Amino acid sequence: MNNISTTDSQGPLLTNDGVPLKDSLRKSLRRTKIRSFLLILVPLLFVLLLFVTPIAQLLSRSVDDIKINEAFPLTFAQYEVWEDKSILPSEEMFAAVINDIRITHKLENSEGKNIGKNLLGRSGTRMTYEYSGWRSLLLKTVKEAIKVDKKSKEEIKPYKWDAPYKERMIKRDKRWGKVEFWQSLGAMKDPYTMGYYLNAVDLRYDANKNIIQKVEYLRVYKTIWMRTLQVSLMVTIFCLILAYPVSYLLATLPMRISNILMICVLMPFWTSLLVRIVAWMIMLQQHGVINDTLVTILPCFEGMVNLPFFGATNIDLCFGDEDRIPMMYNFTGTIIVMTQILLPFMILPIYSVMRGVPPSYMKAAQNLGATPTWAFIRVYMPQSIPGVGAGCILVFIVAIGYYITPELVGGKDGLMIGNFVAREMQQTLNWGLAAAMGTMLLFAVLALYWVYDKFIGIDNLKMG
Amino acid sequence: MRFPSYTTPREKLWHYSYRTFCGLVLFFLVAPLIVVIPLSFTNSVFLQFVPEMKIFSFETWSFNFDGYGTRWYKEMLGICDDNTGTTVCTDRWMIGIKNSAIIAVFATFFAGVLGTLAALGLSNKHMPFNRLIMALMISPMIVPLIITAAGMFFFFAKVNLVATLPGLIIAHTILGIPFVVITVTASLAGFDNNLMRAAANLGGKPIRNFFKIQAPLIAPGVISGALFAFIISFDEVVIVLFLGGPEQYTLPRQMWSGIRNEISPTILAAATILVIFSILLLTTLEMLRRRSERIRGVSPN
Repeated sequence: MNNISTTDSQGPLLTNDGVPLKDSLRKSLRRTKIRSFLLILVPLLFVLLLFVTPIAQLLSRSVDDIKINEAFPLTFAQYEVWEDKSILPSEEMFAAVINDIRITHKLENSEGKNIGKNLLGRSGTRMTYEYSGWRSLLLKTVKEAIKVDKKSKEEIKPYKWDAPYKERMIKRDKRWGKVEFWQSLGAMKDPYTMGYYLNAVDLRYDANKNIIQKVEYLRVYKTIWMRTLQVSLMVTIFCLILAYPVSYLLATLPMRISNILMICVLMPFWTSLLVRIVAWMIMLQQHGVINDTLVTILPCFEGMVNLPFFGATNIDLCFGDEDRIPMMYNFTGTIIVMTQILLPFMILPIYSVMRGVPPSYMKAAQNLGATPTWAFIRVYMPQSIPGVGAGCILVFIVAIGYYITPELVGGKDGLMIGNFVAREMQQTLNWGLAAAMGTMLLFAVLALYWVYDKFIGIDNLKMG
Repeated sequence: MRFPSYTTPREKLWHYSYRTFCGLVLFFLVAPLIVVIPLSFTNSVFLQFVPEMKIFSFETWSFNFDGYGTRWYKEMLGICDDNTGTTVCTDRWMIGIKNSAIIAVFATFFAGVLGTLAALGLSNKHMPFNRLIMALMISPMIVPLIITAAGMFFFFAKVNLVATLPGLIIAHTILGIPFVVITVTASLAGFDNNLMRAAANLGGKPIRNFFKIQAPLIAPGVISGALFAFIISFDEVVIVLFLGGPEQYTLPRQMWSGIRNEISPTILAAATILVIFSILLLTTLEMLRRRSERIRGVSPN
């Protein structure tokens, strides 16, 4: 719009209708903006409501400790005034627990439905995450605390248990006499917690809300994070090593031939992930194609040989049934299968960048006296870097959040963080921890996504 | 291969080893898929090449196809003439295919419409927050599936969409949108806006102009995006595992449980059909690509 001169000898330029051209242009620009906005509106709302909201709620779940504060307000109030946290709290604290249980147990929602029992159960689960044993202890105590004296003649029948509670509770279950249980309340007293995040990296709160390491045998997640990183890096590197030469070949061959070879790259890309996993199971299992082939073709020689210097030696060069290599349901399996699955994600971006590198540059470099190798390293490789970068980030992003492949072929030592998110979601039902691990994973991916968008541009993504 | 006369033996060796390496990598990519096909015609119950499957015998110098048959295909179709009782007859595969098809068709349609609308809107360079919205629309492709699935599970549980077909369709629509946005944006990048100006100059109404001029030109982009969305939905298993109820048995979910629990060659029959299906899709896409290049007057090379 800048190249239109706005002032003329006769004043501003006018359109046919007598409106200044500048105004008319601005108006039409605004109209196109509004039209574009209306076009985007529905898809944007759809994605915001049904994709962004669920994920945002998942994130909030990772710091949420509100429920337990609703269930035990008196107890947490008492916790604040509990002075010496190395000795058992006084009678008031025990009474607060019982009162909280009794009040919460009768809690109803606006429709008159009891929600208190559920709340107590969930609180017990939550407390177990801080110190194991809480859940059974709490449920046992709930059962006792709400018993009423049926023989009583009064309108509102009194509870069987009455003050003082301290001795009674410890007599019922000696865990109430353990100070560790009471100390663990400290980690839960705020409505928002970082506890799940700490848990996800093998840390925890102590009684005074200091962050400390978990007990040795409970430290599991750090290994998993490291393995996730290790698998993603290894897969990225292997993909790069395999993809770079192939992309170069595809980019330098005549279009007709490279298009045919491209089918080999695109066909797996388009084939169902599960099909590819099944295919690899056939290849890699104990009695799979690879092991069978090795057993069949490798020479088998066994016996005594008279070697120079060594004398008579027993040589066993057999690749028999007992030598079959375990390649499935372990770390190796995960790496092999993920490399094959993600290889097209590496080849395609590198290929599309290499296609744009003029072959004449290499020839010019050689003309100027460079050896072919030197010309390739100094002239060709730098120009292919954008493709390499794109491919590496893409493969790494996809690999780090992988779930299906490790779950099916990973066995025990090939599992990644995605599998543990699923495990916490579906089996242990520690949703807060699942959300915390998911959030950490999500931010790692989003950071890489940002880098990708910044340097390569997300709309430059090519798919086949 | 003809080498120039000045080629040294070392260069020749390098050349051949380089080609061999590339050949091996390409083989690594396709070999597993090819292995599935013969094995799916096995007559045995094992997921491996058993001795009976040897086609050619060197001892008797004759061919032998006794180890092969269409048993597992029949089983997949729910036709059971197997009286040996080695396998459980189930119609889950057919139900799975039906469910997958229903979900994929609807999800593709919605993703196609919403993705195209978004791409059209985003093609306006003057639009504020253009880049941000673009990143947002593409994010379902980037966010790990397991996180999407977990988030949607909690959210859909609140609005009673868990274990329903509409819930799965919505989830798959969201997964498909980024692919449509990307392909349509790419085809819009090659679109000459002067065509629309010329049409407007000639007195055409905007809506008519869109359908008569812009739509046919970006159609290949829309269709290839829709094909992506279809294949993504048809192949999706993580979200189905989280959101699907016992009624929503899809093909990938059946394959998943086939791999995890009852390993039988029925999975291979399904896999073979999916491989053939993907070859068909790939061919369609390639034809679309050529067509769009021809329309725009760009030829390969």
